[in-house]
Amino acid sequence: MYAQTVQSTGRKVKSLEEMSDQERAFQARIDAGEKIEPKDWMPDGYRKTLVRQISQHAHSEVVGQLPEGNWITRAPTLERKAILLAKVQDEAGHGLYLYSAAETLGVSRADLIDDLLAGRAKYSSIFNYPTLNWADMGAVGWLVDGAAIINQVALQRTSYGPYSRAMVRICKEESFHARQGFDIMMKMVAGTAAQKAMAQDALNRLWWPALMMFGPPDKDSVHSAQSMAWKIKVMTNDEGRQKFVDQTIPQIEYLGLDVPDKAARKNPKTGHYSFVDPDWDEFFAVLKGYGPCNADRMLARNKAHDDGAWFREGLLAYAEKQTIAAE
Amino acid sequence: MYEFLLRMGDNTLVLGHRVSEWCGHSPVLEEDIALANISLDLIGQTRLWLGLAGEVEGQGRDADALAYRRDAWDFRNLLIVERPNRDYGHTLMRQFLFDLWHHERLADICLSEDDRVLGIAAKCVKEASYHLERSTDLIVRLGGGTAESHSRMQTAVEALWPYVGEMFTDDALDIEMDKAGIAPLPSNQRPRFDEALNITLSRASLTRPAGDFAQKGGRSGVHTEDLGHMLATMQFLPRAYPDARW
Repeated sequence: MYAQTVQSTGRKVKSLEEMSDQERAFQARIDAGEKIEPKDWMPDGYRKTLVRQISQHAHSEVVGQLPEGNWITRAPTLERKAILLAKVQDEAGHGLYLYSAAETLGVSRADLIDDLLAGRAKYSSIFNYPTLNWADMGAVGWLVDGAAIINQVALQRTSYGPYSRAMVRICKEESFHARQGFDIMMKMVAGTAAQKAMAQDALNRLWWPALMMFGPPDKDSVHSAQSMAWKIKVMTNDEGRQKFVDQTIPQIEYLGLDVPDKAARKNPKTGHYSFVDPDWDEFFAVLKGYGPCNADRMLARNKAHDDGAWFREGLLAYAEKQTIAAE
Repeated sequence: MYEFLLRMGDNTLVLGHRVSEWCGHSPVLEEDIALANISLDLIGQTRLWLGLAGEVEGQGRDADALAYRRDAWDFRNLLIVERPNRDYGHTLMRQFLFDLWHHERLADICLSEDDRVLGIAAKCVKEASYHLERSTDLIVRLGGGTAESHSRMQTAVEALWPYVGEMFTDDALDIEMDKAGIAPLPSNQRPRFDEALNITLSRASLTRPAGDFAQKGGRSGVHTEDLGHMLATMQFLPRAYPDARW
């Protein structure tokens, strides 16, 4: 998921008796499946949690341009280059929708971006892993977008109207992304021995970080309960992860690749796969900034922002001059 | 005809690649999106021009073979499109000067007596007109923005000015293409280019650089040092894994 560790209120969920009349009426709307709109009353905690979640999601889209952008200049055919460009362009567009959705909650995109650039805001841990061979462009689409879709499809039912509507649009594009990723993988496994080795290498490296995308295990997920009660979150981390494993292992087998988790087995009774957890110590270390690419990603975003300051200021100054001239 | 098609397709290939180098690194999200659009258009145009070039050549090479398996001396693009991105001002000024030439060039080629060439030009000219509108608008706004944005745009136009003249230099191939009714002479465009350029520079409060010195060579395969590095990156996979299909 693109928002893995969203801090909620930090308090336990209030019972109906503990709520004020206003809070109770709000919870009743949520429970009835109504969408909350920007001008509606909402608890402060709901607003803050949503801002954190939507902005983490937006930042992830923006930083997520970098690992794939890493291969745009080396895409091996004109068609692959065009497809990859279009995909990364979609990610930038998702960033825009999501910042706009966050702005309906009374924050500004500029402030949110400042938080990202200063290291105060988080983005998905997955984008702190490198893309090392061309098959990573397949594996990112297939696994990373595939994992994101599981959460985002669920989030179409999230309680906040603008976020929910942004998800409907984003999901349409994400499913195309996952398909193009799988298409690259199909080509790679049908290709030369070197191409098949690239495909296996990409899968081996990205499998565990993809599992981490759903966030820590439910038993350790301290902020989930309130988010679930408010239907900001509509699926638990473990549910999403199980769904991902169940859909992906048969795809790995179809591709003729080895499943990185040697112990994964299908339970014939439940139909679900058992699987080994990723290294959660590594996950928390990446969140703290110690992933292989955290520093490079932040350096790249800060450089783009700083180098582009004169451009943004120039456009603003011109617009102001035009306004003054018109008055 | 093959060489003429390479000239058209290599321009869009090389500039499309240069623009794509910005992906994820531009000054603001809206620019990331716009640059990707322009790059996509240019790469799409490349597939049309080089696709036809491969057919005309008749050696079984398709657009990818031409893009990824030729060395720098076989490239026929204008030098201006291979100039490095440098700052965003250079990138925008390079785009503007190219768009201004490209749009007029395609409009002229829309008069081609060759239906295949005319068909491609007619499709590309619509995209080029949108590119020109966007780059003109940004040049005007940045020229008239802050002192810094103005100064950066002036620096950019001066740095790129020596690469403008090559766009309008007629050579033997141009004369042949003109006689065959495939494409009018590039020099025909110069008065229209100058008129439009002067209007935009004046709206942007930018000064047209003095002098007419022109760096030349790209159209006959003599390039700047930058193209070799660009191709080393762009062609890496097909060169390193010649048997692979992607």
